[in-house]
Amino acid sequence: MQLVKSIAVGAALAASIGVAQADETLDAVKEKGFVQCGVSQGLPGFSNPDDQGDWTGLDVDFCRAMAAAVFNDADAVKFTPLSAKVRFTALTSGEIDVLSRNTTWTMSRDSDFGEFVGVNYYDGQGFMVPTSLGVSSALELDGAAVCTNTGTTTELNVADYFRANNLEYTVVAFEKADEVVAAYDAGRCDVYTTDRSGLAAQRTKLAAPDDHVVLPEIISKEPLGPLVRHGDSQWGDIARWTLNCMINAEEAGITSANAAEMANSDNPGIQRILGSDGDLGAKIGLDNAFCANVVTLVGNYGESYDRNVGPDTALKLERGVNALWSDGGLMYAAPQR
Amino acid sequence: MAKTTDPLAVPAPSFWRDPDKRAIVYQGLVLAVIGWLVYAMVSNTANNMEAQGLASGFGFLKSSAGFGIISTPFVPYTEEASYFVVFLVGLVNTVIVAFVGCVLALFLGFFIGIARLSKNWLVQKIATFYIELFRNVPLLLQILFWYSAVLKPLPGPRELHEKGEEVFFSINNRGIIFAEPVGQPGFENVWYALFAAIVVAWLVSKLAAVRQMRTGKQFPSFAVGLLLIVGLPLVTYFALGRPLDMVPAEMSRFALSGGVTIIPEFVALLLALVIYTAAYIAEIVRSGIQAVSHGQTEAASALGVKPSHRMRLVVVPQAMRVIVPPLTSQFLNLTKNSSLATAIAYPDLFSVFAGTTLNQTGQAVEIMAMTLAVYLTLSLLTSGFMNWYNSRIALVER
Repeated sequence: MQLVKSIAVGAALAASIGVAQADETLDAVKEKGFVQCGVSQGLPGFSNPDDQGDWTGLDVDFCRAMAAAVFNDADAVKFTPLSAKVRFTALTSGEIDVLSRNTTWTMSRDSDFGEFVGVNYYDGQGFMVPTSLGVSSALELDGAAVCTNTGTTTELNVADYFRANNLEYTVVAFEKADEVVAAYDAGRCDVYTTDRSGLAAQRTKLAAPDDHVVLPEIISKEPLGPLVRHGDSQWGDIARWTLNCMINAEEAGITSANAAEMANSDNPGIQRILGSDGDLGAKIGLDNAFCANVVTLVGNYGESYDRNVGPDTALKLERGVNALWSDGGLMYAAPQR
Repeated sequence: MAKTTDPLAVPAPSFWRDPDKRAIVYQGLVLAVIGWLVYAMVSNTANNMEAQGLASGFGFLKSSAGFGIISTPFVPYTEEASYFVVFLVGLVNTVIVAFVGCVLALFLGFFIGIARLSKNWLVQKIATFYIELFRNVPLLLQILFWYSAVLKPLPGPRELHEKGEEVFFSINNRGIIFAEPVGQPGFENVWYALFAAIVVAWLVSKLAAVRQMRTGKQFPSFAVGLLLIVGLPLVTYFALGRPLDMVPAEMSRFALSGGVTIIPEFVALLLALVIYTAAYIAEIVRSGIQAVSHGQTEAASALGVKPSHRMRLVVVPQAMRVIVPPLTSQFLNLTKNSSLATAIAYPDLFSVFAGTTLNQTGQAVEIMAMTLAVYLTLSLLTSGFMNWYNSRIALVER
């Protein structure tokens, strides 16, 4: 199985040599009439099909925002569910136009696989334990068994953390996220570790989600963001400014409800964001009102966050570091001017 | 010499009409084509990898792995250890499960195969049911079944033991945990005693055989040998004042620490492999025994051979000739099937090396080549041994 995958990856890599590198993605996307977006195989809150089979989530909203920016139609997008292993191959081989799949931005990935256009969720690795253990800090986990995914940065981070703090542990590493959750639920290990957003999402799958608690320690930086292929700077700009647009819109108080009205605002900053003044959209090959379309059809970043992962959803994630910089968070988009 | 004068001499055929020479040419051509294919594959892969900027070579084996592994018997492993040590850990885990699996599957398979031929209706039906059930359910499904069956119903260590409790034996959902035997000074003498007993037992059986050939008198060499092998080390052990400490596991806040742990992943994988393969071996054993002509049994009875000796000395040796070749295939299958361990968290070679290490380093070609070489070597060793055994028991025609 593994071997077949490796061969497939190799073949796909070989095929990718022939893929055109020039600034043609926008033209190709316009010609086929939709954006092909790579997402996860099902991570609640980020990219997950709902009971009608429609994709929803924070990462999915970014795909829809790109469709809104290019076509003024949030449904002009098709989704390709990808495993963690094949996601980069799908991007480099041209199977998808953009990868929006809770992917950690690292230097090696940025140089090897594609161009990260920003961060749509600041995450970090955390620990979840059964409440009955009475553990309140990860430093108390000496001697615990830890369930995790094999072949991830998670597995390496946890080894580093326990070693750095001189704690004994045993690791039980499974290949699929679902197997990790099942083993943790069966009591095979005391601790489940992955990105904190992942913990919140997978927790909803446990038999008794309320009997588990996420510990306060964050042991790594996991900035998750979308990425595009190397070599097409126009398409990269479109992706980057679609994301910045959603964040800037939240900062300026523009929402899906009031975007049309705000276009007539006297505030020059808001006018530039919504394209009623200037030619920012045209500079990246889009309509000047691309950002107005994104916000009207999909919403600003805050709306997307609250709808998919916020405190009122099953994931119950507070904004925390993902709040706007003006509210003490890390969400800080370069200005549209 | 005489050829030139022989009037019937056939002139040497032309080069193309000589089948021997022609064969050499054809074989040379085939060899050249294969060589070219191999060369093209290797050079093409190397070129493409270079074009993709993929580092190649085995230098990565020296870098530190950085991840933990759940079970690392016989190999000292820490996160600082290199990928090569990861390779060794995976290899050892694979060899352990394959070896133990083959031995147990052989015994269980023999037992079921003979039960299948039992004259007792119930025993025979149970054996048939066993074979049909386990042969016809996919192995992966059985592994997952045993894993959840082994894991799910067992209580956790915290439900069984108080914190700080010393535990000598425990079965819980973290595995089978027992006290670790630690030899004290002088314990090595017990090993020497065992070794000496084995040598003596072997000599006794040889001498007994020689004596029986000469005089026809039998000697209970098996019973004596067993007594020696079990008794001598035991006597030494007590004579030395029991130089062995059992160090118990201790209950920490989460689980038992210390002691020896057999992880549930190993138990589940072993159970599935043994039960599945034993079903096939049982059929091989049954067919082997049935392949021995009934006349052999009758002839033995007519000569007055005891029923127990009849089976052991007449039927089974002849059946073995039919059993061994397909049995080899089953051992090979079991070894290769152990790579399904990757479905549960057992750290075999395929899981920790061809899985985790491959993911972390991306050295697909080197890692796959090493993994293939290991499975190939293990399989060749197994079949080499079985072929040697087969040639020993093969019918010697006189």
